[in-house]
Amino acid sequence: MAHGHSAEAAAHAPAGGHGEGVQHPIKIYLWIWILLFVLSTFSYLVDYFQLQGMLRWSLIIIFMLLKAGFIVAIFMHMAWERLALKLAILLPPLALLVLVGLMSIEGDYTFVTRLKSFVQQVHTPGEHHKVPEYTPGH
Amino acid sequence: MSHESSAALPAAPEGLKGVTADWSADKQAFPVPWGKAMMWIFLLSDTFIFSCFLISYMNVRISTTEMWPNPSIVFGLNVFGRDIPLFLIALMTMILITSSGTMAMAVNYGYRRARGKTAALMFATAALGVSFVSMQAFEWTKLIVGEGVRPWGNPMGAPQFGSSFFMITGFHGLHVSCGVIYLCVVAKRVLSGFYDRKGTYETVEVAGLYWHFVDLVWVFIFAFFYLW
Repeated sequence: MAHGHSAEAAAHAPAGGHGEGVQHPIKIYLWIWILLFVLSTFSYLVDYFQLQGMLRWSLIIIFMLLKAGFIVAIFMHMAWERLALKLAILLPPLALLVLVGLMSIEGDYTFVTRLKSFVQQVHTPGEHHKVPEYTPGH
Repeated sequence: MSHESSAALPAAPEGLKGVTADWSADKQAFPVPWGKAMMWIFLLSDTFIFSCFLISYMNVRISTTEMWPNPSIVFGLNVFGRDIPLFLIALMTMILITSSGTMAMAVNYGYRRARGKTAALMFATAALGVSFVSMQAFEWTKLIVGEGVRPWGNPMGAPQFGSSFFMITGFHGLHVSCGVIYLCVVAKRVLSGFYDRKGTYETVEVAGLYWHFVDLVWVFIFAFFYLW
């Protein structure tokens, strides 16, 4: 137990404030590199085999998040930074999820509005008050 | 005696000097070199810029009433008589990941003060970056000249495809190009022993942060623009 603790402490010590760096063995970078290769190949194969529907989207998102996580945590050394820096950098982008939500609602609304008005446009300006019904499939 | 004089607050300078003094005062929140903290904050702001592009792309793709061109076909390439979907894009992805790997190792060798290896790995990273941009230039040429894609329209479907594509990949390509120049400048300084005299190789790590970010953005572009 105590052994494991001291080993962990040793691994974390270099990042604890000394600017002069994180001295990991090169091996960890090679492993992450291979892992990123494999994950990229997987996400490419999703397209190659033309997987569709929910399976496609969830696989793409999972591989993407895994790759992004490894790049930020290991390559960019975020895993060895102090919590204050982690929070300052990683929390603000979460606000983007709100923007994603708003813009997808907005996109849906624009889509429906366009479907309606594109059908209207066919008619002459004088009779634009007559709104023809939208028939799906046209 | 000396105790008392050090306890008294020194007069704060005014004007621009005061701004510098206040910002550089002993109020450090992040125990990292300032260059690293500033690079992270810059990357955070860049995250928002790229997110704006990707989210507006999502918005136009949802709201268009026309078919969105199938990226799998548009970006397919005929290699040795076979049509392989997304061939060039997959290759570009691998190249960028490889360059991230060489950069991570350059940072590691930098902290070991291995001057030659650090510079060599950084130049290798920059060379991979150049090959990435060249392939992107090839892809753009193929799309503009061969397939007639324009920012305002294209023969394959929704006109917004062109504007989204050129804006997103163009801005990313610009980042890669700037990164290549940045890496070359830092690598040259590594070779000249500049950081040995300075006493720290943290600039190499800061340059590495930028380069990994460029790779990170590509992960999202690859997923959302090319695979979606």
